[in-house]
Amino acid sequence: MKRVLEGSHAVAEAVRLANVQVVSAYPITPQTHIVEIISDYCAKGKMNAKFIPVESEHSCLAALVGAQSAGVRTFTATSSQGLALMHEILHWVSAARLPIVMVDVNRALGPGWNIWTDQTDSLSQRDTGWIQLYCEDGQEVLDTTLQAFRLAERVNLPVMVVLDAFFLSHTYEPVDVPEQKEVDRFLPSYSPRFNLDTRNPYTLSPLVTPAFYMEMRHDMALAMDEAMTCFAEIEEEYAALFNRRYGSVEAVTCDDAEIILVTSGTITSTTRLLLEELRAKGEKVGLLKMKMFRPFPVEAVCRALGRAKKVAVIDRNFSFGAGGVFAQEIKAALYKLPVRPTVFGYIAGLGGRDVTTDVLEEIYIKTRETDLPSQESIWIGLQEVKYAN
Amino acid sequence: MQIDAYDREYMCSGHVGCAGCGATIAMRLFMKAMGEKTIMVLPACCWSVIAGPYPQSAMKIPVIHTAFETGGATASGVRAALDMKGDTETSVVTWAGDGGTFDIGFQSLSGAVERNEDFIYVCYDNEAYMNTGIQRSSSTPYGAWTTTTPGQDWKRLRKKNIVEVLVAHRIPYVATANIAFPEDLIRKVQKAKSIKGSKFLHIFASCPTGWRIPSDMSVKIARMAVQTNIFPLYEVENGVHYTINNKPKEYLVREYFKLQGRFRHLTDKDLDQIQEMVNEDWGLLLKKAGERS
Repeated sequence: MKRVLEGSHAVAEAVRLANVQVVSAYPITPQTHIVEIISDYCAKGKMNAKFIPVESEHSCLAALVGAQSAGVRTFTATSSQGLALMHEILHWVSAARLPIVMVDVNRALGPGWNIWTDQTDSLSQRDTGWIQLYCEDGQEVLDTTLQAFRLAERVNLPVMVVLDAFFLSHTYEPVDVPEQKEVDRFLPSYSPRFNLDTRNPYTLSPLVTPAFYMEMRHDMALAMDEAMTCFAEIEEEYAALFNRRYGSVEAVTCDDAEIILVTSGTITSTTRLLLEELRAKGEKVGLLKMKMFRPFPVEAVCRALGRAKKVAVIDRNFSFGAGGVFAQEIKAALYKLPVRPTVFGYIAGLGGRDVTTDVLEEIYIKTRETDLPSQESIWIGLQEVKYAN
Repeated sequence: MQIDAYDREYMCSGHVGCAGCGATIAMRLFMKAMGEKTIMVLPACCWSVIAGPYPQSAMKIPVIHTAFETGGATASGVRAALDMKGDTETSVVTWAGDGGTFDIGFQSLSGAVERNEDFIYVCYDNEAYMNTGIQRSSSTPYGAWTTTTPGQDWKRLRKKNIVEVLVAHRIPYVATANIAFPEDLIRKVQKAKSIKGSKFLHIFASCPTGWRIPSDMSVKIARMAVQTNIFPLYEVENGVHYTINNKPKEYLVREYFKLQGRFRHLTDKDLDQIQEMVNEDWGLLLKKAGERS
């Protein structure tokens, strides 16, 4: 049934449909709309789940470590500082091989305090062993959240579903909300591969000496590789039932493109508009939307970008001393090609600054008009600022 | 007390604790009273090591090791999952050291008991970060040497009164226990197990390595902590009903202090001052219990 939902509500509907049994959460703007609805569903019996109102994000994820280890499906959502506070437990969850699903609403990190969208929170968790999936609109949020449970439980790794603050979390759109019985066909009730059981007692996550530690990490690496193929299979199954698929990346008019803009999150939608305008003017331009960030879809990226002359990566994030995170990853992916496009890295929209079609057009023209990037990262829209004394 | 508790063992030999480790005695006694329907959450502490490395375990119950500061939260999650599965029979226990309780795990513990989560939180207290090599914690007593309160910089701050902090949360049951008083310890564990909501047990567990005592003195020293009123045995129900279980009048604190290398540097004057502090604390406890000395 089509309903007009906020991105946040699309998450909550997916969590309800996924028959999650334990949710823990700590409030942080702009995640609150997600957990308010879930809390309400738990209270009213619309979800048969226990909601644990923890005293911090750190405890939030630790509580899910306990719950998922005891054999139930779990969920949480957070943002920015909250995700940063969870950092230690992010590592714990993946190495404990717990298929926890979490939504991160991308928000800038302080100081200065800034509640608006910025991907640095989730991207700085890239080495924690979580699968990361970035969403463009409300429908994709709902679909991806449902798929995330299947994917996580298939490879026993946690999944982070990521959406932009406000531009997506607080924006109403028509979203097709599937029926419970259809979802049940796609996502059966949780059956853990291991759990805490007094009838079959054993120890989880004990001390591990150098004799075994490396093999355990290698198993995680293999599971992360497997997630790439599993994601495609799960998407096919989902498409068969609901007729929607997204791909680990989406390439739009890349086949004959000389310049390809690479985006993630809601900037993608804006870029689609610009793409139509530019194509109408005869520009040979393409768009590559990055949905999957971990595992990084190296082959799909090479396939889509390999024939272009130039690639302009738009990063709403920054790794200090290196550059935009997507740009770095894309450069590394393209390295395996014998002939590579020139990669331009652009930094735009940090801290929730709007990235309009004008901004994107400026990026496109800069890329078209220069042979090589002037700097490793080109910051777009910087103003002359006099700071208060 | 149920005598048959003594016949049951849920901890195996072959653990990797130090000789004379009070924390292993505490676990053995505790589990005798808990029984097999127990899931244990083990945040980082000496017991993270004592339980043995993969693929071995010294425990015959399901154990989940977890991050240092997450004892209360992880147990909350285990309890929630068991409740969702309709398992009301299994008890959830957090087994944490003093660092994981008084210091880094304090927020998680406070959060869990404020929510009155149905679990037993045990702090086995050896009065410093012993697993990492004897660093001071907020449980380290006044007067103690540790590797981070060395030489003349011995700790000149009181031990945090964690029991009273938990009592202030008005949870159903808070009690102290001691490895030298096994009947009292087992009775308290059985009582905690029978109560719904958050229970906190503070078990005094001597550490020969960190306290600089011979390993065969572990139980004797622990007993003296009660006999000197340094670690009184008492229970508090619902934050208000105090019961003192043992009212000794046998030893002066200096006899307890003089047996331990960690207090070697203290002068008679220091020991007199510590005696006054212990007397003051004991007097406050008697008042709360409505008793006279």
